[in-house]
Amino acid sequence: MLILSQKIQHVFKAAKSGRYLVVLITIFAFSGCSREAPEPSGSASPLRVRLLTGEQYSNTIGHIFGADISGSVMAPLPPLARTDGLLASGAAFVGVTSDQVQQIQQAAASIAAKVVDEYHRDFLLPCEPVSKTEADAACAAEFLRQTGRLLYRRPMAESEVSDLVNVANTAAEKTEDFYAGLSMALEGLLISPEVVFIIDVAEADPNRPGEERLDAYSLASRLSFFLWNSAPDDALLLAAESGELHTDAGLTQAVDRMLASSRIEEGMRAFFDDMMAFDEFDSLAKDPVIYPMVTGATLADAREQTLRTVIDHLLTRQLDYRDLFTTRETFMSMSLGALYGVPTTNGWVPYQFPEDSPRSGLLTQVSFLAAHSHAVRSSPTLRGKALRELFLCQKVPPPPPDVDFSALEDAGDVPTARERLKVHNTNPSCAGCHLITDPMGLSLENFDGAGRYRETEDGAVLDIRGELDGTVYDDIQGLTVAMRNHPKLSACLVNRLYAYGTGGPVSLRYDRDVLAYFTERFAANGYRLSELLHDIALSQAFTAVRQGETSNQTVADATGLIPSQIAQNHQ
Amino acid sequence: MSKISRRRFLKGTLNGSAVTVALPFLNCFLNENGTALASGAPIPMRFGTWSWGLGMSEAIFVPKKTGPNFDLPLEIASLAPVQEHINLYTNFHVFKDAAPNLCHHSGWVILRSGIAPMTSENRPGETIDVTVARKIGNNTRFRSLSATATGDVRDSFSYENGNSVNAPEWSPLRFYQRLFGTDFQDPNAEGFTPDPRVMIRKSSLSVVLDDTKKLNRELGTEDRARLDQYFTGLRDLERRFDLQMQKPDPREACIVTDKPEDLPTGLDAYLVSKRHRMMTDLMLMAIACDQTRVFNMFYASAFSATTKPGYDKPHHTATHEEAVDEELQCQPNVSWYTRRAMDEWAYYVQALADFREGDGSLLDHSFIYANTDQSFAKIHGIEGIPMFSAGNAGGRIKTGMHIDGGGSPGCRLGYTALRLMGVEVPSWGDKSNNTSSEISEILA
Repeated sequence: MLILSQKIQHVFKAAKSGRYLVVLITIFAFSGCSREAPEPSGSASPLRVRLLTGEQYSNTIGHIFGADISGSVMAPLPPLARTDGLLASGAAFVGVTSDQVQQIQQAAASIAAKVVDEYHRDFLLPCEPVSKTEADAACAAEFLRQTGRLLYRRPMAESEVSDLVNVANTAAEKTEDFYAGLSMALEGLLISPEVVFIIDVAEADPNRPGEERLDAYSLASRLSFFLWNSAPDDALLLAAESGELHTDAGLTQAVDRMLASSRIEEGMRAFFDDMMAFDEFDSLAKDPVIYPMVTGATLADAREQTLRTVIDHLLTRQLDYRDLFTTRETFMSMSLGALYGVPTTNGWVPYQFPEDSPRSGLLTQVSFLAAHSHAVRSSPTLRGKALRELFLCQKVPPPPPDVDFSALEDAGDVPTARERLKVHNTNPSCAGCHLITDPMGLSLENFDGAGRYRETEDGAVLDIRGELDGTVYDDIQGLTVAMRNHPKLSACLVNRLYAYGTGGPVSLRYDRDVLAYFTERFAANGYRLSELLHDIALSQAFTAVRQGETSNQTVADATGLIPSQIAQNHQ
Repeated sequence: MSKISRRRFLKGTLNGSAVTVALPFLNCFLNENGTALASGAPIPMRFGTWSWGLGMSEAIFVPKKTGPNFDLPLEIASLAPVQEHINLYTNFHVFKDAAPNLCHHSGWVILRSGIAPMTSENRPGETIDVTVARKIGNNTRFRSLSATATGDVRDSFSYENGNSVNAPEWSPLRFYQRLFGTDFQDPNAEGFTPDPRVMIRKSSLSVVLDDTKKLNRELGTEDRARLDQYFTGLRDLERRFDLQMQKPDPREACIVTDKPEDLPTGLDAYLVSKRHRMMTDLMLMAIACDQTRVFNMFYASAFSATTKPGYDKPHHTATHEEAVDEELQCQPNVSWYTRRAMDEWAYYVQALADFREGDGSLLDHSFIYANTDQSFAKIHGIEGIPMFSAGNAGGRIKTGMHIDGGGSPGCRLGYTALRLMGVEVPSWGDKSNNTSSEISEILA
């Protein structure tokens, strides 16, 4: 891609002289062809065993039994370790402790009791028992078969149904209550590892002899958790059952339906919340002495503001992903209005920052500025690190253990972060890494630790000139434009979305070509998210199984190549 | 036992209807001299951990005197009321051998697992509380409990293996609901009616276990291990169900308190202190009610971001950026943070000591192991990383001592704890951390 664009530049220069018009047309035709370039023939993704994330668990319960039931139970899943940029990728590696299994059982008991209580049974059960005080195998079987299919994300075998019906019957006899019996069987269902783990299953691919693909139910789950962050619905399971999902037309139809559904918004909110590391907000707080106007509600609104901006920009208006980093369009709430210093009304309202405002794009929103600061002050280093790791998929190395901070201490009180870091970076072992993060972080110093605009720090005027990987700029707008045009920006989104969709970190050994392919198509399609989702979901890589690879190798690949990426960016 | 015979057995058991047994109340909790429960069973031994972040200011933390009646330098002055209940261990080392010195990670991982981690994501082996819980945690509702004062569910020094962290309770209200919600069986209730649903649960669990045996498919080794771990968890559930069908021994000290208020998020030192005390009080009640015998309390994380109201540097930042005041022999604000941690350690020990049980206190039947991640955090030092213990483990440990380790492995304290808890291991720790030498000075 890079070579191609260099060629185009070269030809543009030549074309100005009017000599190479034919060549120019040829190159453009070639570039048009590249839009149609086929997916690399060997592309495939590994089989995974993923634990449901807390949100996936709640969404699944909510969609099957209703939001009031899912909302009454805290998802009993463990926190995940961010793995190659995503918490969701950590789900492919996390284990479940005995303590956690106990919590899964408690949640199951609580959910099951609510499903059959007298407020819910009439509309959640497909039948009424002959007697409320006795077992009713037929009604129990009907409910368990129907619910089990949605929870297992595949039809249940009749032997599985009858085992659970036996539990329901025995329990109904003992408790003299049909509903109590049914809830005990549902409890058993809810603690099954097939419910709490998403276990990919492979089958021979009839279209590619010798190769394997996901079976139709695994494919349905993969699609559904990718696009909706929840288990497949009835229609998607039907498409899997009928075999349609394994036909080009059937798969296209299913993906189109999912992308057109309102649930895509829920799915993409979950993805961007993960990619932007918004889990930080779960424990984020600001020092009330220094930032008295920032409460828990303000920070929750800051997270919501950015998610609304992203969804509106990418899904509702189908705009260029890169423009998220320069857009002045957003949404405002009352508590945020105070922080941004703009008048607003109650509730969420669309808001556009004026042309002379320093605010443009995600990097200048309070969510980014406040989450990557300390509780008591801003941090150019944390902001620069987040900018690189979250949006450019680069990894900033941790500080060396033997840092000598004596120079900083001896410098006494200096008013601004730029001066503090300058002193700090007289130490060569610090300077290397801080060069990766600080120049762009310092350009955001006009925003304090809570994201409020300021002209000065401790009375000193802030110098916000900076540089991002070769692009030199003078002000915040310069940084946001440099970010928007950064060559890694769109490739990073592709990397994260592909990892998110296929359920684990990318392998730069195996996935390099397919990622380049998606990235090229993303550019050719105007950097529109829906097109990218469509491309990934319909790709061979999404369905085909890469055989003989374990999850461990994937992580080693993913982390092993990061240093060289950084090296490339430094050059 | 085959599937059919097990189910027949369970069905047979279920045919016996629920029984209500009247039991003596309160006056017969203990034997005559108060050292055991009325049933004759001894008061159980407990194991706890406690942790704080970012080490110490050596010059004003380490006492000049070793042995009993040691002096309390400024940074640990708040330990005076609990000095008789604790031991302080200094000049013990953790060894990284060929592994790198991973900032704020190597120190605690070695002291909790005995093994030096190779990367900052790496959590080798299992932590000591998990090993102990496997030994002494099988007869309670919870094998172990963990709680944090930081309000952050990611903060834990307890793990079963590299991918399986024991997530802590982080909200007082949620912790209360988990402990004393619908599944709680009050050990002091007058009657006992086994819940028929528990037996059914157990029976239903055998169905789940049977069905999931079919899951072996084409899984890789790691994934198979993760599913096996889940099955182990399910089997552990069976054991907990068995416990729920027995009348729990009465517990005089078990008095369920009112539901606590919940707290806002945040790491202001005073808020952390409040959260720590609420979580401690709940944890102690869980122990007194014999809901668990192994418990972890987490005061601050290794990269502690605790803040001092009005001061612009959180704890971790201050350790690196604040100059050492030669006269005070410390970084004054860093030391302020460490003193707040010591206030909380003192609160924790005092709370255990004040909690009456039999003729003594909860602390008398416990051994608490406390540590941190660095010795001198400013330079990421791990040499001479300080540790504490509290409690005399049923009279088997001498307390009130300051022990100088003379550069020997810090893992000796963990090894001593393992032996105390009946874990019969010939040694503990990897490579240079390996030891088979208990800290004999504290053995009674």
